[in-house]
Amino acid sequence: MAKSLAIADSALSRQSTRNGNQVRRVVAFVAIVVILVVLWEGAKALFALPDYKLPHILSIFEALARPTPKGMTLWVLLGDTLYTGGEAVLGFVLGGVTGFLLAVLFVHVKPAERGLLPYVIASQTVPIIAIAPMIVVGIGRMGAPPWLAKSIIAAYLTFFPVTINVLRGLTSVHQDQLALMHSYAASKAQIFFKVRLPASVPFLFTALKISATASVIGAIIGELPVGSTRGLGVQLVIGSQYNTFNPGFLWATILMAALLGLVFYGIVALVERWVVRWRAPIRED
Amino acid sequence: MDAQPVTEPIMIKIEQVNKTFGEVGSGTIALQDITLDVAQGEFVSIVGPSGCGKSTLLRIIADLISPSSGSVSVLEKSPRQARLDRDYGFVFQSPTLLEWRSVLKNVELPLEVMHGAKAEWKTRALQMLEMVGLKDFQHHYPWQLSGGMQQRASIARALAFDPALLLMDEPFGALDEFTRERMNLELLNIWEKTHKTLVFVTHSIAEAVFLSSRVVVMTPRPGKIATVIPVDLPYPRTFETRESDRFFELVTQVRETLKEEFVGSGTLPLGGDV
Repeated sequence: MAKSLAIADSALSRQSTRNGNQVRRVVAFVAIVVILVVLWEGAKALFALPDYKLPHILSIFEALARPTPKGMTLWVLLGDTLYTGGEAVLGFVLGGVTGFLLAVLFVHVKPAERGLLPYVIASQTVPIIAIAPMIVVGIGRMGAPPWLAKSIIAAYLTFFPVTINVLRGLTSVHQDQLALMHSYAASKAQIFFKVRLPASVPFLFTALKISATASVIGAIIGELPVGSTRGLGVQLVIGSQYNTFNPGFLWATILMAALLGLVFYGIVALVERWVVRWRAPIRED
Repeated sequence: MDAQPVTEPIMIKIEQVNKTFGEVGSGTIALQDITLDVAQGEFVSIVGPSGCGKSTLLRIIADLISPSSGSVSVLEKSPRQARLDRDYGFVFQSPTLLEWRSVLKNVELPLEVMHGAKAEWKTRALQMLEMVGLKDFQHHYPWQLSGGMQQRASIARALAFDPALLLMDEPFGALDEFTRERMNLELLNIWEKTHKTLVFVTHSIAEAVFLSSRVVVMTPRPGKIATVIPVDLPYPRTFETRESDRFFELVTQVRETLKEEFVGSGTLPLGGDV
């Protein structure tokens, strides 16, 4: 009874420190924004940077508000952001599943790990820019819809962190937890589903958070090659071509890409918090 | 269990067991010539300093390690068959709870693995939690419990599928003195209630004497049995048992045996853990 009271008590104090943290977090956020603005505009004034090298921050927002034949720039870019986001999500899922299955294969079939892991690592050292056009053209020729090639490039960047982290997670199980299952005469499948898999979940989420941002980059890179018609990558190419006329636009596109990555990361982090709620909280004091 | 035979049947029979880690000849000899019988319903402690092979011996009984030579039988079966038949529950030095499961779900784990009737999991697990005094904490996650509570949960888990034999590997080794003494009393209580056979590994002489009906004293390098001391302290044992003269005599007897062995082998008992 005393114990549960103590727990309730500490929950209460945790609540109040949480409110304090929230205030501190908002203050920190505002401070960082102010510092960034000062640095940005300061650098522009100090080094007399022309607009095509570094536009005024305000002109980025002006660019977003500018009307186009298809509506306000913000809405046009938002459409592209959603399109790229869709490709990224599909790539994230494809890559995540592939990466996970590879890790499971590697844990259970040692020769597969020894044989394939070097290629998996090598695949990530090849500059994605170099192979993206090949994938886009190759898959385009097979008559696939244009977004599929981009998703595959996103998947290409996504699977690797998942494989490496899940591999680590599946093998990070405490020896005595395995001995315990052994003492129950548990089957291999039971050991996998009841011990190895849940033990790997925190590692999986570490990987998914890296992959969330990587998949956005992958989708954008996939949109860069000539022939693409939609997405943030296309707008980035247009933006850099017309940079001298409309310098705010390129940066507006970059801003949208950054926001997309942030939102994606945030969603994964939220899901993590819900799924891994059995974990001891990391004390901040 | 109802008809008590005059002499209890043998639960564990260990004959001439040797264990060498690494190559035979050049490897480390962990166990040498171990011969020991444990009768049904007995509480046997194995005590000795680190490196005497007591945990290795326990794991051989549990078929978690196989012996290099010699024979072991549990309930007249091979240890492997006994493991497959789920004849024993094992309690590790660390509670070894699965962090992602609540206390209740942890205690249900063996029942889940063994495909017991699903409807009974919860009832059975709650009974066990009640016995170890953790019923109010069934929905907590392991990190929310103290070390002693975690170990109680792991004992409840080992008892959940009602094995005839309980193997415990220094289960209270990580606990403070006060918690440990309370856990000792609780364990005796459980043992008296459930009539299990208990093999208990510890490096605490006092704990071994206090708990068991027989103390097996082991010495290291190579790990062998120095002597087996029957403990004639009456059950149920209480806090007062620890203050009795007989308790001190027995503790001294165990300590002397260990000292003699050290002097005999020319190794001084300095430095504690080796």
